[in-house]
Amino acid sequence: MQLIYEKHKEGRRGFCFSKPDVPQAKPLDVKYCRSKDTNIASLSELDVVRHYTNLSRLNFSVDTNFYPLGSCTMKYNPKFTERIAAFEGFSQLHPLLPQLAGGGMLAQGSLEVLYEAEKLLAEITGMIAFTMQPLAGAHGELTGAMLIAAYHKDKGSRRKYIIVPDSSHGTNPASAAIAGYQVIVIPTGKDGYMDLEQYKKYLNSDVAAVMLTCPDTLGIFNPQIKEIADMAHEVGALMYYDGANLNALLGKARPGDLGFDVVHINLHKTFGTPHGGGGPGAGPVGVSEALVDFLPKPRVVRRSDATYALDYHYNKSIGYIAPFYGNFGVILKAYAYMLCLGKDGLIKTAELAVLNANYCQARLKDYYDLAFEKACMHECVFSAARQAKNGVHAIDIAKYLIDKGYHPPTVYFPLIVKEALMIEPTETESKETLDVFIETMIEIARLTEDDPIRVKQAPLNMPIKRLDETRAAREPNLRWKS
Amino acid sequence: MSKMNYTPHTQEDVKQMLKAIGASSIEELFKDIPQALRAKSFNLADGKSEIEVTNHLKKLSDKNATGLINFVGAGFYDHFIPAAVDAIVNRPEFYTAYTPYQPECSQGWLQSIYEYQTAICELTGLDVSNASLYDGGTAIYEAAMMSIRLTGRNKIIMDSGMSLIYRAMLYTYTSNLSIEFVEIPVVHGHSSREELFKHLDDKTAAVILQNPNFFGAVDDHSDVVERVHKFGALAISSVYPVSLGMLKSPGEMNFDIATGEGQSLGIPLSFGGPYLGFMAAKKELVRQMPGRIVGETVDSDGKRGFVLTLQTREQHIRREKATSNICSNEAHCALRAVVFLSLLGRSGIKEMAELNYQKTEFAKEALSKIKGVEVKRSSPTFNEFTVMLPRRADDVVYRMIDKGFACGFPLGRFYKGMENYLLIAVTEKRTKEEICRLADSLEAVL
Amino acid sequence: MNIPKNFFYTKEHEWARIEGKTAYVGITDYAQASLGDITFVGLPKEKAAVKQSEYCATVESVKAASDVYAPFSGTVVSVNGALSSHPELVNQSPYEKGYFFVVSLENEAEKQNLMDAETYQRYVEGLA
Repeated sequence: MQLIYEKHKEGRRGFCFSKPDVPQAKPLDVKYCRSKDTNIASLSELDVVRHYTNLSRLNFSVDTNFYPLGSCTMKYNPKFTERIAAFEGFSQLHPLLPQLAGGGMLAQGSLEVLYEAEKLLAEITGMIAFTMQPLAGAHGELTGAMLIAAYHKDKGSRRKYIIVPDSSHGTNPASAAIAGYQVIVIPTGKDGYMDLEQYKKYLNSDVAAVMLTCPDTLGIFNPQIKEIADMAHEVGALMYYDGANLNALLGKARPGDLGFDVVHINLHKTFGTPHGGGGPGAGPVGVSEALVDFLPKPRVVRRSDATYALDYHYNKSIGYIAPFYGNFGVILKAYAYMLCLGKDGLIKTAELAVLNANYCQARLKDYYDLAFEKACMHECVFSAARQAKNGVHAIDIAKYLIDKGYHPPTVYFPLIVKEALMIEPTETESKETLDVFIETMIEIARLTEDDPIRVKQAPLNMPIKRLDETRAAREPNLRWKS
Repeated sequence: MSKMNYTPHTQEDVKQMLKAIGASSIEELFKDIPQALRAKSFNLADGKSEIEVTNHLKKLSDKNATGLINFVGAGFYDHFIPAAVDAIVNRPEFYTAYTPYQPECSQGWLQSIYEYQTAICELTGLDVSNASLYDGGTAIYEAAMMSIRLTGRNKIIMDSGMSLIYRAMLYTYTSNLSIEFVEIPVVHGHSSREELFKHLDDKTAAVILQNPNFFGAVDDHSDVVERVHKFGALAISSVYPVSLGMLKSPGEMNFDIATGEGQSLGIPLSFGGPYLGFMAAKKELVRQMPGRIVGETVDSDGKRGFVLTLQTREQHIRREKATSNICSNEAHCALRAVVFLSLLGRSGIKEMAELNYQKTEFAKEALSKIKGVEVKRSSPTFNEFTVMLPRRADDVVYRMIDKGFACGFPLGRFYKGMENYLLIAVTEKRTKEEICRLADSLEAVL
Repeated sequence: MNIPKNFFYTKEHEWARIEGKTAYVGITDYAQASLGDITFVGLPKEKAAVKQSEYCATVESVKAASDVYAPFSGTVVSVNGALSSHPELVNQSPYEKGYFFVVSLENEAEKQNLMDAETYQRYVEGLA
């Protein structure tokens, strides 16, 4: 499709402002003004609407395609939460209103949402308190790492290391590193669990924290999680819970009960808020008693007269990590989702997410090698190593699935699994959807034997074929130029 | 009545699926979680219907005051959002997709981001842009970290005319790193050149300036940038994108990196988020940029297409050595921005900036006629300005709420000694009549 | 697999060719083949000091980034500027046009810590 800039025509307008109703003022001194106009495109409103509507149709999305992208929990996003977020009382509220004198009363509805959402998340995870401020999962990780640093500093020790398993999300080591920590990577053993011997070897009083995903990125619940936590606590290290996979545990197990001290949650995964083509997400962080004092400020408190207020009086707080109170619009949608599902609905969510993943695993394990022969939780991880022997790699399988109208699973992650295919169906998909997806996966496995070239040519039915990513990286063209 | 949970499973489905798995019950699927590790509590209310939740939250939204005529800005502005923006971005093919990892089924998103990157480059006058960051504050932090990596130095000089919110965020993020910060005082509305040059040396990684600054003052930083470059440091500008319809761009002042808060580009105020951090830079810095970047390439038939590129900078490949830990960004807000800009077009962007400027000048005139009110005029402004009142500004703000106005931001909240100062923002949404009523009401409460 | 004689090799698949008091440094045919299409090479600055077995450069393909470790300690005399616009030279000619930089040798005896062609050949075969 043409770029919007290639459709520009001088003189067209997609929007008009009201005529100026004030007298013309003295113009700003030219030395402060730009010397030439931008090359932003000018089009009619219809042209703009049609351009982006047609672009949107080139995307796969949850509303149009099955999207079993492992680790991302691409579940259905209930529509009523969109309408709620668009209520003017929420969408047009200036974030500084409660900070004006007397203004606390101007934002009672939004402050209540923040306060109550925090309470719900605390109960769901077994943590004592939450900050709703982190703007995405990785932002939550960084917040968590800073909380951990503040905790140790308060105890008078400056620890150097954060431990992560080699199966972790890339954000874990990246977040630990930018918070000022050195990263120790523990390998995964043959049984699919973090290698405990190696873990013990590296665990000492210079370790600030251990960052784990649970169930882990292989979709496996590590039954030794409590021992791992106990060992960390023995040397004074804290346990960090990457909540990317919380969907599997709702009502079944809680990070707080498992011994975790800091937790981040991806509201856009577990609590059904849309992923928006890459964001916005929200990454609230929950803590155990020992870390409450260090939470970012301000915090939302409920006063004795049942009104809500912002409280800034936390001497040990790490400070400000977001301009305001978090991605409020996202938090609001997640709150509506939680209220709607309630206790039983959330438990059912975990149960059916796990059922769907195990169903895919059971029906595909004869055709693809399992990364580890274990019951899975909310996602199952296969290796296309068997197919790769015939020249069909995970990426080829992904492209063939696109041709068939499926968003592919996550491929080549976790890094420790060769030719990884990570399937997370989520609870909102029906058996029928899974069945036809499974049939397609089986068809690919057969084609790999009979006609591998056919798989390697895919996609053939999309607007474009495979793209030259090497060229994109060697000769970066990152913007249109007139 | 069954409770809502958006799952389609019938009892028969569950039975068949369990059979295929070889499990006797769903509970059996959770057998790897030892009983001792099961949830000790899960004390939540029962689920509610869509009707109940909608009504409950409508009531809460009505408790917020949004009927006030808004003159509060302070970095976050009440601009008009054309209806077509919402119509486009609310298409589920946009908002229920995720990061475009698989380009063949994500060309819509990839091309939109490429167009967004272009728009940001056009506004800022710089060469390359990323696909978005969380907000204006984290964008400054990322730019500061870029400068530290690029120069191998660790001293950052920043303008105290830069939003206190952002400076506070920067301090939090770097509290465990050894970075030296110097804050340059604002004198007569502008950051003091004299003080800045005094601290500028060959240990300086970057100088960060905001334009217009927190007090609304407009500056031409070309001279500062030239001096900064003489010391081998980077110049970073935090800008208000709407102002760039009119003001000299960071590129024209030769800044190395521009960052900013994109909320003003078609994104609702929404009580503080989601917003849009943007970042543009000179092309030679691109390999140190954080976050996703989309590039143009060709497919196997030579047809144009778009992909995520230069991914070796990112956490999913480089892990602890990545340029940033960012993964999810604010793509949907970036889409809002590029749709908003495209609807306005190049003349609309100029017009919008001009309207903001004109209305603000009118407001300055109107308020300067009130006895006891002094409009600060030591520097030119864009759409926000400072007035000194004869009494505490927070008290005045409080009284003005009763009159139906959020009349401005009391500067004493952020700056000691400025208790009588009020920061007033005027956007294209405000009418002459509202501005006159603001002046009348202000006169009445003083 | 091309493994020239008279070169020295590391376990991380760098090579060094001694020429007088300097050595040319690059990555091996095996390394370029396993990385795939090279998209970017991050070279050290001229006059930079490098230390044997320590990080000195970066080499990237579309989906991977690898650190390059110096085979010898010394000072970087010159770098292969052609790689900045033509990283594909590393794929096409890993031992000649695709060299990374030239280092002046601080201590030639460091070659004792490196492998010769035969040993490297066996080492690579052992990895398969």
